[in-house]
Amino acid sequence: MRLVEALGVVLPHLRDELVIHANGFITRESYALVDRRLNFYMLGSMGLASSIGLGLALAQPRRRVLVFDGDGNLLMNLGSLAMTAALQPVNFLHLCFDNGVYASTGNQRTISTQVRLEALAAAAGYVAAARVTTPEDLERTFCDWLPLSGPRFLLVRIEPDGEERPLPRVAHAPDVMAAQFRAACAREP
Amino acid sequence: MTAAEFVARLRAAQFDFFTGVPCSLIKGVIAELEAQRDYYPETREDAALGLAAGAYLGGKQPVVIMQNSGFGVSVNALSSLHLLYRLPCLLLITWRGFPGEADAPEHIIMGRACVSLMDDVGLAHRQPDADSIEADLHWASAVIREQGAPAALLLRKGVVK
Repeated sequence: MRLVEALGVVLPHLRDELVIHANGFITRESYALVDRRLNFYMLGSMGLASSIGLGLALAQPRRRVLVFDGDGNLLMNLGSLAMTAALQPVNFLHLCFDNGVYASTGNQRTISTQVRLEALAAAAGYVAAARVTTPEDLERTFCDWLPLSGPRFLLVRIEPDGEERPLPRVAHAPDVMAAQFRAACAREP
Repeated sequence: MTAAEFVARLRAAQFDFFTGVPCSLIKGVIAELEAQRDYYPETREDAALGLAAGAYLGGKQPVVIMQNSGFGVSVNALSSLHLLYRLPCLLLITWRGFPGEADAPEHIIMGRACVSLMDDVGLAHRQPDADSIEADLHWASAVIREQGAPAALLLRKGVVK
């Protein structure tokens, strides 16, 4: 399963969820598939997708917040697993698309093949944490978990793409996108 | 100004989300916020900034507390998130290693560099003293509301009790 297939499984099930996208190919692949107005696309600040999602979940307790994280992003900010577990936001679903590499910089390996990130999330105190490797398991677990109380952590093991995969960059001006996302949050779900 | 008075002024300025990493110079403010059960102790200063960015997107007006050592950790978050996307927050940054005052060796270099680093990344900042803290807080609120930019108050020992 590649990132585009994994997102293709998840995205059709989204309705009014707020989704924070980690920078790099997670942002670019999702943006290329479906540019939702309830998507926030990180461009820089690598590592902070989960922290941004947590802050959003605390500020918007009546909305479901998803984080589309990556292994490289999460390894840069493991403290956020502890922070999320400590605060126990029930409206928080954390997906980590784990391809085992820093894809945007040329597929250099991360250490995610040696460290089970879902075990770290479970040990920190997420109410549920699991790993899926097939589109069928991804769809089943995602659909089961989407309505349930969190915080939950789903590691989606994917294959790295080739380095030549052409993907558009997000065309929205960052400040305009942020203002529109904030305004969308302010409207009733 | 006492910590309780300062927190009351933060609330009057409609700040309503508080996180950070502590410093002894601002322990009174953190204790006051904790007593009000309205403070999220973060693990790192840049993670606190991420938390604040998410809270702002969700409709809050965040405050992030840190020591200037943590400002070093925060430069990428500020430059590629808050300043890039115009996600404002109030930064209360304590000033260890203030030039000319004796302090622990680990604070000397950042104490000397932090002001020019803030200038270099374009982070609006002021350095209040006890007489100007109220006016400087108003200034920071105006930067946040009118420019949509983060603003920092660089706090020396004793400015907030």
